[in-house]
Amino acid sequence: MALTKLDQMYRAVILDEAQHPRHHGVLADFDHEITVRNPSCGDVLHLQISEKDGRVNDVAFSGNGCTISQASASLMTDQILDKTPAEIEQMVETFSDLIIKGDVPDADRLGDAAVLKGVHQFPARIKCATLAWKAAAQVLTEKGKTDD
Amino acid sequence: MREQFPFFKAHPNLVYLDTAATSQKPQALLDSLQNYYINDNANVHRGLYKLAYDTTEAYESVRQQVADFLHAQSAEEIIFTHGTTDSLNLVASAFGPHAVPTGGRIVVSGAEHHSNFIPWQQLAKRQQATFVVTPVHSDGTVDVPALLAAITPGTNLVAIAQVTNVAGDTLPVAKIVKKAHDMGAFVVVDGAQAVAHMSVDVQALGADFYAFSGHKIYGPTGIGALYGRADLLAKMPPIQFGGEMISEVRDQGSTWADGPIKYEAGTPHIAGVIGMGAALHWFQENVDAAALQVEHELANQLRTALRAIPDLTVYGNDDSLATVSFNLTGIHPHDVATFLDEQQIAIRAGHHCAQPLMARLGIPATVRASFGIYNNQDDVTKLVEAVQAARRYFHGID
Ligand SMILES: Cc1ncc(COP(=O)(O)O)c(C=O)c1O
Repeated sequence: MALTKLDQMYRAVILDEAQHPRHHGVLADFDHEITVRNPSCGDVLHLQISEKDGRVNDVAFSGNGCTISQASASLMTDQILDKTPAEIEQMVETFSDLIIKGDVPDADRLGDAAVLKGVHQFPARIKCATLAWKAAAQVLTEKGKTDD
Repeated sequence: MREQFPFFKAHPNLVYLDTAATSQKPQALLDSLQNYYINDNANVHRGLYKLAYDTTEAYESVRQQVADFLHAQSAEEIIFTHGTTDSLNLVASAFGPHAVPTGGRIVVSGAEHHSNFIPWQQLAKRQQATFVVTPVHSDGTVDVPALLAAITPGTNLVAIAQVTNVAGDTLPVAKIVKKAHDMGAFVVVDGAQAVAHMSVDVQALGADFYAFSGHKIYGPTGIGALYGRADLLAKMPPIQFGGEMISEVRDQGSTWADGPIKYEAGTPHIAGVIGMGAALHWFQENVDAAALQVEHELANQLRTALRAIPDLTVYGNDDSLATVSFNLTGIHPHDVATFLDEQQIAIRAGHHCAQPLMARLGIPATVRASFGIYNNQDDVTKLVEAVQAARRYFHGID
């Protein structure tokens, strides 16, 4: 029984997403770059974004972390393609809300990434899920500043 | 033993295997804290009424008790601090500049907790000293010959854990101290993971400074101690100023109290000191060498059982006392921790405040199970079964 909560978070799609992440790697050409860390657990995420005509036209991430942070980064990178920085900022807010509350009215704008909502039952893992999203919001608003 | 810990009545089904992070508390400690606040609460070192006098006596008697516990020469060598971190920072800030001249050399092991790493790294920066971090073995234990070899002429200070907090290995402190002293270096020992699992004799070790935390030996949080050899404390200036720590204060200058209270500015954590005394008393009455041996055997049983699981790496070795770190290949320790938490097993997953060690091992984190005096066979069995289940779950094996 205890595992139903686990299953809700780790649904096959998340495990699969983490094992076969999309947009994993590095870009030869990019406009924004950031490295973020989750100091309490040592997760490191390196994110690169290239923009064209005010929209994200390519993105890649690398680094290491748990299933949740890797799956989340994979889903995030897929969802922000073709979006404007302003749209992405809104998505990041919605995503944070969803992960904390488990449900929000505008979850649709997150596309497949909404599957991560099961994380809300594991407060200790919220930061794992939001790491990549916060990195995206930060790098797009601060224009490519790295934290170290 | 377990009945003496009310925590386990509140959590009857919890498998608590995170004593290296903090221990649970015996009823004896809770009684002492309650008694202190109900019957004995008064500030120390200042009241002239009997209650304040008695509380001061009780506070100071814990200093003697800690001195006896560590086999120090006298209570004058025991400074109360907030814990290990505070103790190590105090030595680094107050004694560090005396020990390490500009351009000097500091040696630490590659397996140190950040608390016994960063203060020295920062001191090295301030003194433009060479900061040497010595190698570890692939199982996370300290490479002792390499550490000894790094203690060369010109080394001023060596900082090491007596027991490390990831692999759980015990360092041959006496041998390291001998080499360091031969080279003219001081040795600071981090005893956070040692005191609850072995008897400690700072004089036999020859340690110049020795730090520990009350909360890791069944005592309260927020309290700990620093042992410093009397002749060295005589040269160590205070770094915090205020009430209690003075002899005389004039407009244009002040002089300091004699003895350890000169490092204890302000109203101290009196309840913490009293509680730590109660915990140490309880420990000495209830935990003998045989009980510690049982604890060590549980850790070894766990290591043996884990080694039988495919794709699992165990850190440390059978001499490691009560701490067992491991990783399942391809499964992040945090995912393992969440899985185990769902089965009511509390272990720690992460870098354990030992990022330099993680970097040397080429891993981001480990899962760590650590034992206390209240753990039993059942805890080991449940953990091993749950780890096997975690492996099946994340690898999609039915
Ligand atoms: C080896 C070691 N050193 C230092 C510390 C720091 O102890 P505290 O947090 O009680 O100051 C710990 C515990 O976290 C430890 O395991």
